[in-house]
Amino acid sequence: MSLLKVDNLAVEFRSDKKKIQPISGVSFEMDAGEVLGVVGETGSGKSLTAHAIMGLTALSGGKASGSVQLDNKELLTLSSEEMQTIRGARISFIPQNPMTSLDPVYRVGDQIVEGLRKHSTIDKKEAKHQALDIMGKLRIPDPARVYSQYPHQLSGGLKQRIVIAIGLVTNPQMLIADEPTTALDVTVQAQIMNLFKDQTVARGIGLLLITHDLGVVAQVCDRIAVMYAGNVVEYGKVRAVFEEPKHPYTQALLACIPVMGMEKGSLSSISGNVPSAENYPPGCRYHTRCASVMSKCREQKPAMVIMNNGTGSACHKY
Amino acid sequence: MEMTTDKFLEVKDLSVSFDVRGGIFLRTIGAVKAVNNISFSMCKGEILGLVGESGCGKSTLGRLILRLIEPSSGSVILDGKDILGLSKKDLRQQRAHMQMIFQDPFSVMDPRYTIFRSLSEPFQIWNIKHSKEERQQKINSLLEMVELSPEHGRAYPHQLSGGQKQRADIARALALTPDFLVLDEPTAALDVSVQAQVINLLAQLRQQMNLTYLFISHDLSLVSYFCDRVIVMYLGNIMETISASMVGKRQYHPYTKALTDNIFSTTPGTGGLTSILEGEVPSPFNLPTGCVFFTRCNQSQSICLEKVPDLQNTPDGGQVACHFPLQ
Repeated sequence: MSLLKVDNLAVEFRSDKKKIQPISGVSFEMDAGEVLGVVGETGSGKSLTAHAIMGLTALSGGKASGSVQLDNKELLTLSSEEMQTIRGARISFIPQNPMTSLDPVYRVGDQIVEGLRKHSTIDKKEAKHQALDIMGKLRIPDPARVYSQYPHQLSGGLKQRIVIAIGLVTNPQMLIADEPTTALDVTVQAQIMNLFKDQTVARGIGLLLITHDLGVVAQVCDRIAVMYAGNVVEYGKVRAVFEEPKHPYTQALLACIPVMGMEKGSLSSISGNVPSAENYPPGCRYHTRCASVMSKCREQKPAMVIMNNGTGSACHKY
Repeated sequence: MEMTTDKFLEVKDLSVSFDVRGGIFLRTIGAVKAVNNISFSMCKGEILGLVGESGCGKSTLGRLILRLIEPSSGSVILDGKDILGLSKKDLRQQRAHMQMIFQDPFSVMDPRYTIFRSLSEPFQIWNIKHSKEERQQKINSLLEMVELSPEHGRAYPHQLSGGQKQRADIARALALTPDFLVLDEPTAALDVSVQAQVINLLAQLRQQMNLTYLFISHDLSLVSYFCDRVIVMYLGNIMETISASMVGKRQYHPYTKALTDNIFSTTPGTGGLTSILEGEVPSPFNLPTGCVFFTRCNQSQSICLEKVPDLQNTPDGGQVACHFPLQ
């Protein structure tokens, strides 16, 4: 039984004149102790998918449909009060930029225990004890001292660890991290990703990692969902997808990444840009940039087909 | 004579330090050595990469060479001209020959100007008079050079995507046909597919216009692909100079090794997760007396704390500043 099951998720925004559907038909699932990587270019709908799972789309005027099940419990039908007891307690969110997600006028320790005290009746002393414990597990040096410091006194890597501590301290079943290391240096990125992987396995939680970095997915994730223009175009086990990418978009994306030892002049690119949600092309949304486009692609939307290696690919080639 | 044709750019002992003020009277309480005694040279047509983590001084070095920041000491000779000795007037003339492309394509263009108007500015500043048709033609050919169309000239920056804006900025930098460009993380804000477009465009323009690039980046795999040689910096100092083809194969400095080991490759299960380096880049305020990398190095010995290692030649034609270079 899977920990998180997203089925046919769509988000719609309406205005007086028109309605747009930036994401639609998004389906994937993940088990406890697993890392699922959601990758795609800017504007592919990765963050919106995460917001929909967290029940946050209503805040920006959107309407989510389809199904999101956490541990067999449907989340999309919950009221906003019910959702508040889930958010922070059973699903935690780690935002992209640790520099702006911490409150500059509160000590970091107070920010760690805030969620803990909100979701349980635990007393102050015990909350601090648990916060220090998690800070130690995240290898924050001298937790007691850092606990009473302010965000501006900490380095970028330490701030990101604090944000992770805030996410983990309530012992959630699921963690959603939106580009958690893009603001960090490579050596620090390696440290943080290592922590994520360790904690996911040690706690048996699910980690949904949103990233645009395919290298991070290859090294950290168990499963991958490749998104393009609001749809999942390829989905499967990381090893299978990277060893034999089936969808032309995944293939093209991998060919864009410079690799050490690569011959000069051999870097390929994808022409054009991701279309915006107001002008998604008909048929397969990737057909405007696809190198192996057929006439069928312009008219008919491809369905997800399961390949012989177990991955799913939404392309008319199969 | 031979020397001058051989070395297109020669940087010697270039340093800059910034005063740090504090206390109620804002007295100078110390100095940050952002760039410390850097020397290197470049040939015409070369692409030299400058890599390092944030705060290592790579952007500052790029700006010092273009004299966007005044250095504390040292010399910069570009194409036989002593850049630091130029008068204000001569420096202005020199600017046509050396340009910079910035990281954030979203903030370089004036949001109230069309791309056409932004691209006309270099000509106005230089008092290059064109008839209306000539100006139009000139700018259309610039746009074409960076694979944009005349319609993009009529657009405002917010109407363009990140990649298109970066192309427009490249067109702006190339308007006065410079021969030396400092590229400060030109693709850091872009998606990989668009990054590849921009990198391929830059490679093509270098061929066409015989350009020389100083390419600043934190992405070692991109640098090893795009550049001929790479300088690895840490806290204002050069750690290693290495041929791009040797990156990941044989490096002599433990810091370069750590950086290459932390690259997340797209072959699953090949590493990148094992971080050799503990902690983060320390504050550049009051650096240690010895090797600046001492605090994070896993093979440091007592001499590293006492003596700054000199740059010495490596068997592969590079240079390394380490008392105990890797074999």
